[in-house]
This record gives sequence, structure tokens and C-alpha cells, in this order.
Amino acid sequence: MKVDLTVNGQDITADVEDRMLLVHFLRDVADLTATNVGCDTTSCGACTVLLDGESVKSCTVLAAQASGHEITTVEGLARDGEMHPVQRAFHEEHGLQCGFCTPGMVMAIVSLLKENPHPTEEQVRTGLEGNLCRCTGYHNIVRAALAAAEMPGQVPA
Amino acid sequence: MIPSTFSYKRAGSAEEALDFVASYGEDAKFLAGGHSLLPLMKLRLAAPEVIIDLGGLSELSYITDQGSYVAIGALTRHHDVEHSELLGRQVPLLAHAAGQVGDPQIRHRGTIGGSIAHADPASDLPAVLLALNATIVARGAGGSREIPIGEFFQGLFETALEPDELLTEIQVPKPASGAWAFQKFTQRAIDWAIVGCAVTDGHVALVNMGGTPLRAVGVEAALAAGASPAEAAARAAEGTSAADDIRATRAYREHLARVLVSRALTEAKSRS
Repeated sequence: MKVDLTVNGQDITADVEDRMLLVHFLRDVADLTATNVGCDTTSCGACTVLLDGESVKSCTVLAAQASGHEITTVEGLARDGEMHPVQRAFHEEHGLQCGFCTPGMVMAIVSLLKENPHPTEEQVRTGLEGNLCRCTGYHNIVRAALAAAEMPGQVPA
Repeated sequence: MIPSTFSYKRAGSAEEALDFVASYGEDAKFLAGGHSLLPLMKLRLAAPEVIIDLGGLSELSYITDQGSYVAIGALTRHHDVEHSELLGRQVPLLAHAAGQVGDPQIRHRGTIGGSIAHADPASDLPAVLLALNATIVARGAGGSREIPIGEFFQGLFETALEPDELLTEIQVPKPASGAWAFQKFTQRAIDWAIVGCAVTDGHVALVNMGGTPLRAVGVEAALAAGASPAEAAARAAEGTSAADDIRATRAYREHLARVLVSRALTEAKSRS
């Protein structure tokens, strides 16, 4: 079937199988491989992207369901070569170890800060309950989210 | 994991959804947010031949005050139930419980109607709506009908919906008192409850203590007879048939039911 998605501001039209998952569309059709497939069971959050500005797990959305909608992946966050505040905060606070959960963590935090621009530490921890870090590097991830909340221009344009 | 092949149809209206299901019959399945059905399809535990996507039916996403009850469109997402100012004021139990479903990503996609129609006894909202004595509205080719929630859940993943009916609305009576509580026990936030419990107005409903969500009849009878929360909670496992599975034994679930009901009754009492 024909699907038409806007991914990181770019219109992408493709003929795909009806059963294609959004995460496979992003990785294999749009060639954006930052979004990882982790557990593939809606648990770990590694495949988190924004659908119309809200975090979703792209292993549990069909490309067909996302047709006509806007998707943002971690590749779409930087502006004019400048990292997004959440990306910068991960860098500065050492918010990653192996890095596998990072694209999903970053997108979950972008969505969280959009809904709640100045969360408490507890709200960050609850807000990230859908994202697992197997390195258990949660302290620095939470620090990065809190640091990003204090940076100017944290909500993407 | 990839679902087995199916044909995808996107419904532009409730009428079109009903037309699709009339033409494809039992080979077709409605898809709302997809957060119960798609995981089952990926595991090949479900393999519908036709998927009728209801995601575009914004006409079925609403929360409105109808005087004695609040009407909620079937496609209203958990996120919107959680953040509804109207529900926060009139039915805080439901808004609170919706905010406990899965995680933020799941709540951005999952819908109240999808959760009810899927009828997983381990899901939170079926038991919450059972405690709240909700009415389910279903639309078929011949028009709409109302189903009391006590008659809606008929077995594991089985409901009173006919194959060609679409769940369109959930009507939630406004509780008479502010004495409510919701408790659940999970291993991880994203897991289904091992056991859960919803309390409102002396109604007590249990998550995952049998093939369907259940009213804790022994507890309710004890409360009506004036028992204390602790005395009433001791009867929480009466009439239940909890499963023994990889996560917990039946005996452990029965123990958890007594503990969670006791906590919920105490919490509800402190609010009243």
C-alpha cells in the first residue's frame, strides 16, 4: 500500500507492505537508523519517536497508521548544526553509556518536557518509566533531563 | 517480530467502519490505538486477515458532561482521560487509573474503548469501569444499544459485542462520594498488574483475579454490613479464580488481593 509520512520535515512516499511497522519504515525505507529496535514488545522504549509531537513506541505502530502524520526521530532534533538542548544535556551530564537506549530516551524526554517544561526529579523518573537502560545509567539520564529543562529553547520549533 | 500478512483498511467514519466489517465479517478486526492488538499480532497469537483502522475517527474522541454521567468517546486516549479536567473533578478514580496504564508512550496511543473491547482481565480500566458501574454503547448495522458493564465481560478476551458491532461510547455515572482508590501491583511499570483493585462508593472491583474483571462480592457484602476495611478485605479472594502463571501463583494473587483491597479501602475512607 502507498503511505505518505512527513519524517523530520521531509515528505516520504513509499509503497510498503500493509503490515510494515513504523520502526522498520524509519530504518529501512527512510534510512534513518538511529531509532533502535530493542525488545520489540512495547516494553523498552528504544524505538521511541515523536508522532505529531508526542512520544510513541514505533515498534507498536504500523507505518500505515502513521501515514498522513508527522514523525520526528533523534536525527531531526538538531538545528543548523547545533544539538538540541536534550542532546546537549546528555553530552554534558554523561547521560549515556553504551548508547543503545539513548535515541529513545532523548525522544521520550523531548516529549516529557513539552508536556511538563519544568518537571521535578520524581516526575522525570515517572515520565521515563517506559524506557529501559540496560547499563542502568538512570541517574545521569535523569540529571540530563533536569539540566535540559533549564536550558533556553528546550522545546523544538 | 512482524505480524502475519493482512489487508489494511482505514475507516473515515463510524459508518464506514461498520460497512467494512459487514463486508469482511469475522476475518476483520478493529484497530484503535493498537497497543493490545498489535503486540498479539506480532507474536502471531492473533492473525486477522483484515485490519480496520479506527485511528482517524476523531468524532469518537471526546469527554462530555451529560449531567448524571460523563460520556467518553471510545477512541479517547488514556493520555486524554488522564489529563481531562472534567474527569479529574467528576470521576477522579478514572482519570487517576488512566494515568497508571502502561507508560507515557502507551498512553499516547492506547484508547479506553480499545482497552474495554479487548477485555484482558489484567488490564486496569475494565475493572475500574466495572467499579464505576459504567454503561457501554455499541453501534451495529441496526443502530445503537446500551450494555451494562456487569454484562459486558463474558470471558477471557470475550465481550457482549457482536462481531459486527463497534464500541462507540462509555458512559460513566458520577460517583456519589469522593471515597475512591486504585491500587495495583506490578513488577515493572509497563507490566500488566499481577493484581489490582478499584474502589468507589462501596463498590470494589478486582484486576486479574479471574477470566474477567470481577466485583469483590464478599468485600462489598461485608462493607454493607458495617465491617472495617481490614475485616472486609479479608474476604477479597472470595468468588475469584486467579491464574497460576509465570508471574505469580494463585495463592500469592489471593494474598495480594487481600492486601491491596485493604490498602484501597483505607485510602478511599481517608478521602471521604
